[in-house]
Amino acid sequence: MAQIFHRSTNFISRFSVFSFLFLVGLALVGVIAVARSPYMTRQNITREQPVQFSHKHHVGDDGIDCRYCHTSVETSAVAGIPPTKTCMNCHSVLFNTASYLEPIRESYRTDKSVEWVKVHRLADFVYFNHSIHINKGVGCSSCHGQVNQMPLVFQANTLLMQWCLECHRNPEQALRPRDQVFNMDWKAPDNQVEIGKKLAEEYKIQTVEQLTSCSTCHR
Amino acid sequence: MDSMREHEQHDPIIRRHEDDAYATGAVQDERMKASNVLDHPLDLAAVREKLQSKTGKQYWRTLEELAEDPDFEELLHREFPRQAPSEWDESVDRRDFLKLMAASLALAGLSGCGRTPEPHIVPYVKQPDGLILGKPQFYATVMPFGADAIGLLVESHEGRPTKIEGNPDHPSSLGATNVFTQASILNLYDPDRAQTPSNVGEIRTWSAFLDFAQAIAAEMKGTDGEGFRILTGIVTSPTLAAQIESLLALYPKAKWLQWEPAAGDGPREGAKLAFGNYVNTVYRPEKAEVILSLDSDFLGSGPGHIRYAREFSRRRKLDQYTETGRRGAEMNRLYVVEPTPSVTGASADHHLPLCSAEIEAFGRALAGKLGLGGSVPAPPAATECANAVVKDLQKHKGASLVVAGEQQPAEVHALVHAINAALGNVGRTLIYTESVEARPTNHLESLRELCADMDAGKVETLVMLGVNPVYTAPHDFDFTSKLKKVSNLVHVSSHYDETSEYCQWHIAESHYLETWGDARAFDGTLGIIQPLIAPLYHTHSAREVLGAFSDKPGVSDFEALRENLKAANPAADFEKFWRKTLNDGVVAGSAFAPINVTLKFNSANLPALKSASSGELEFLFRPDPCIYDGRFANNGWLQELPKPVTKLTWDNAALVSPKTAEKLGLTHEVAWRGGEHGKIYSDVVDITLSDSKVTAATWRLPGQAEGVVVLPLGYGRKRAGYTGSNKGFNAYAVRSSNALWAVTAPSSAIRKTGEDYPLACTQYHFSIEGRQILATGTLEEYRKNPGFAHEHAEEPPKDLSLYKEYSYPGYAWGMAIDLNSCNGCNACVIACQSENNIPVVGKEQVTRGREMHWIRIDRYYQKAKSATNDPSSYDASLDNPPTFFQPVPCQQCENAPCEEVCPVGATVHSAEGLNDMTYNRCIGTRYCSNNCPYKVRRFNFLRFQDWETPQLKLLRNPEVTVRSRGVMEKCTYCVQRINNARIETEKQNRPIRDGEIVTACEAACPTEAIVFGNANDPSSRVARLKAQQRNYKLLGELNTRPRTTYLAAVRNPNPELEKA
Repeated sequence: MAQIFHRSTNFISRFSVFSFLFLVGLALVGVIAVARSPYMTRQNITREQPVQFSHKHHVGDDGIDCRYCHTSVETSAVAGIPPTKTCMNCHSVLFNTASYLEPIRESYRTDKSVEWVKVHRLADFVYFNHSIHINKGVGCSSCHGQVNQMPLVFQANTLLMQWCLECHRNPEQALRPRDQVFNMDWKAPDNQVEIGKKLAEEYKIQTVEQLTSCSTCHR
Repeated sequence: MDSMREHEQHDPIIRRHEDDAYATGAVQDERMKASNVLDHPLDLAAVREKLQSKTGKQYWRTLEELAEDPDFEELLHREFPRQAPSEWDESVDRRDFLKLMAASLALAGLSGCGRTPEPHIVPYVKQPDGLILGKPQFYATVMPFGADAIGLLVESHEGRPTKIEGNPDHPSSLGATNVFTQASILNLYDPDRAQTPSNVGEIRTWSAFLDFAQAIAAEMKGTDGEGFRILTGIVTSPTLAAQIESLLALYPKAKWLQWEPAAGDGPREGAKLAFGNYVNTVYRPEKAEVILSLDSDFLGSGPGHIRYAREFSRRRKLDQYTETGRRGAEMNRLYVVEPTPSVTGASADHHLPLCSAEIEAFGRALAGKLGLGGSVPAPPAATECANAVVKDLQKHKGASLVVAGEQQPAEVHALVHAINAALGNVGRTLIYTESVEARPTNHLESLRELCADMDAGKVETLVMLGVNPVYTAPHDFDFTSKLKKVSNLVHVSSHYDETSEYCQWHIAESHYLETWGDARAFDGTLGIIQPLIAPLYHTHSAREVLGAFSDKPGVSDFEALRENLKAANPAADFEKFWRKTLNDGVVAGSAFAPINVTLKFNSANLPALKSASSGELEFLFRPDPCIYDGRFANNGWLQELPKPVTKLTWDNAALVSPKTAEKLGLTHEVAWRGGEHGKIYSDVVDITLSDSKVTAATWRLPGQAEGVVVLPLGYGRKRAGYTGSNKGFNAYAVRSSNALWAVTAPSSAIRKTGEDYPLACTQYHFSIEGRQILATGTLEEYRKNPGFAHEHAEEPPKDLSLYKEYSYPGYAWGMAIDLNSCNGCNACVIACQSENNIPVVGKEQVTRGREMHWIRIDRYYQKAKSATNDPSSYDASLDNPPTFFQPVPCQQCENAPCEEVCPVGATVHSAEGLNDMTYNRCIGTRYCSNNCPYKVRRFNFLRFQDWETPQLKLLRNPEVTVRSRGVMEKCTYCVQRINNARIETEKQNRPIRDGEIVTACEAACPTEAIVFGNANDPSSRVARLKAQQRNYKLLGELNTRPRTTYLAAVRNPNPELEKA
């Protein structure tokens, strides 16, 4: 009996099997790449806000300290978005007729909150605490980037778990002297690892085992 | 209620008819189709035989387990027993199911591709002073409850109360709470609450009601308020009382009547009988060496019980005794004589079941023996006990205490007053004060008077405040038909209930967390009710409604409270006093001073005892331990809470002793479907009392007196709300005014209907397989051999393990639970549910063993020690077994079996020894729970949480993830509290102090049975407890090295009674 399949079928079948596996692999890589892309993490994307508030102007040009608005950053889990009252402290006098600021004045008049679009967004099952990071010498700009140069705030990092773990596994990378925490222009010195290790000891940073326990962030 | 809206399916098998009867007909067939039932009922004779043949200490939880019924054992072993119908709905066949699954999977994959919408941040316009975003605040308040008020500290997250803790400065709390206070927060957010004033069911404004009330007020000025009646429960609030009194002064012919259905008149009338006037009794159990309870559940219910439980347990702590001093270890001794086992009875060193009528005889015999006159013999079964008790009491004159139960008649209370006086206890172990009630009265007579007046047409306007008499009034008063003769009816209540239906005006009542007010505690201490949140709806307080009828309507609760307080406390600087009082939650030094009373009672002058004829049954009415008189019926947490002794959920049942059940031919059968182990088909009976009938399921309760049938109140409500309506049977339907608490009837009062009804019981879920899980002993045994708990346990050496050895150089969190202190009150279970956002699953799911409580309380019975070959000795172990409770949270094993089998690393060890559970990683294989020897992992088989109802979103603790379907969850030692404490202390650059982290269960515990802390610190409380010889590990032989350990229970029986 003659062979039903031509010899070349061997190649074609092998090729199909391998290309199928390759395609599945490629698709997986694609899915993961999309999931980690700025499209999904929204890294580097600015948002339309009710008032196009400029951190560059307020922090960079005017030199207002982070804590003037984000009052609870040293004491609480959340840094705190300022109440309308905080805006009005200055803007009842400055630019108090600018149409640009009407939503703020309206909020103050009507006692209705301004609804800001959230930029830095963690999953609900992550229990991040600002105060402990600030108190242990992790600066604002380590996570938020140089906000003083952002006319509109965007997320400077991926905020993926992998990114969190980079520091939790090697805390010495990100530690700075406590007086530099709110310095937006701080740059890691060349001997950062050396200094970081010293600071970790001084600040009694927990062991890596503790920092990478699941319940440190998830509960 | 949580999830009930979505997931509680009405029981598909037997539905209840409107008239409380059970559906018949196809029921049996359908049941057989739906599930397999053990094909033979339990043989009690076999149980006894088994009991007799055993030696040594044995514990059992269910009668079936005791009988070693092979079918029952197989049922427990197999998650999917042979021939059990499959888990899912059979109407969809496998092929269609796969098709549907494939399609859903494809669609689910597509829907997962989108990005989630942008969330918004909504800051304050003006941030309140003192509020730090993200940090909870605590406010002191009190929860009024009957003749008591429990001091609380309520946790508030950005203005919404989320969790209730006890106020350590308040005398009735001392920092602890009970199930009602813990669960009351769910009542606040109950979506079924009435939300506006209404007139005949139509929404009205408050001002419309004010107009109506003022019109009546104008009319009453001419008539002096004739025909005006106010009906309340017990009032301990001076401000509310002042409002009522001012109305009564304005309208001299108006009357104030009171009806509290589940608190007896016995204590009040007993005091009047003994002393000539109403006085309040405050116990000091801490000072008592010997305590006798005559049907009193003073550790589990009634005014002051949280404090009493703490004081009582302090005298049973053995941890203060050092290694050498152990021989001299001392404990108090508790005798409990009661008809039906209670939390107090389960803690007793000697428990004697006697029917309610015999309790008075027992009291009289005691009085006689103590030389107080009268010579009634003790009931035959109690003679020996009575003699021993008398001896013991006489030995401890001035350091003993006799307590009578709330449901006991006035005579028993008067006897007890006389006995305490004769023993010299007054001023030592108990004090008398003036009554904490604003106007103590006989409630039954009060309601009778109201009914008579209504019947005679004397009542024109009736204002009912927070009461539900249509449901709770004795049936022979025929309250509803009399209500129809009243022209103006105003009802104030939190829900539109049975009574509201009959009233023109219904005013939605504010929750205590929404109003200003005050209330006196059991010892007279005045506490301030401080609102935590503005009223969620258009609700008003009882005082405001009364104010509407006065000449000064519109005075706010806040103003009234301050005025009243100012008048009573003319302090120089009122503002300072006010701020301090608000901060503390109590008015300093407001506890009533002890008063001197003179006994005007001679027990010899009591009329002869009515002898109970034999062959009769005694029916008792008792408030339900979970939903009380019915007021908590719509609270899903309390409905699903296993009742302390019976472990039933979602239903009440007529409780009978096993012996009586045998006589009446009552049985129950265990059924299963899929993996369900909690469905018990119980015989249904018709109970006919005083020409009224109710149909009830029955339940056999070891430890109950023979011939006693207990009918728990509070169930069978018609209009409680979504969760509470039509659950269980209504015992009020057979409760008549001449027998409020106990009634004897011939055995023909109970008639089997031949049907059965599925009850959900949580004590059938797992089998102990004869393992040594519980360790108990007597004080004598403990003195001789403090390490008795380790006798049966072989603990493997530390290096014998296949698991990698870890070291814990920093904190090593651990927990010690003192079984000697635990009385099974359940406060920890609800506290945990509230703290950790634990859902309610519904009765159907409980019958499948799927309740979600992270901490469960197992109840064990001990086989009687003196079991010999004498056939008469078996009874004691079945009819009156010593009862023990064991709370079981996650044991946080160091060698955790669950961690080894998780394929995705969702449960792993933390550096501090916690057995972390990462919900976002869990894919729901359930391998971990299969591998857990303690059965403490809970799986979300369905989406039990209610994610839609807006009110319930306010309830959630923002510190804990709300879990979804397909996720395993379990106790984490309240890791959110650990983390917060760690962060705070690290910021202060210091280690965490002992006691700084208090888990939710530990905080709620009235008896300080649960202690949490750092086991690495030898000076911590938990390490000191773990160092005790009583300390043992649950299933230590498995080498799981649990961090939660137990201290063996020690009882202090009277050697005289032991010998016999």
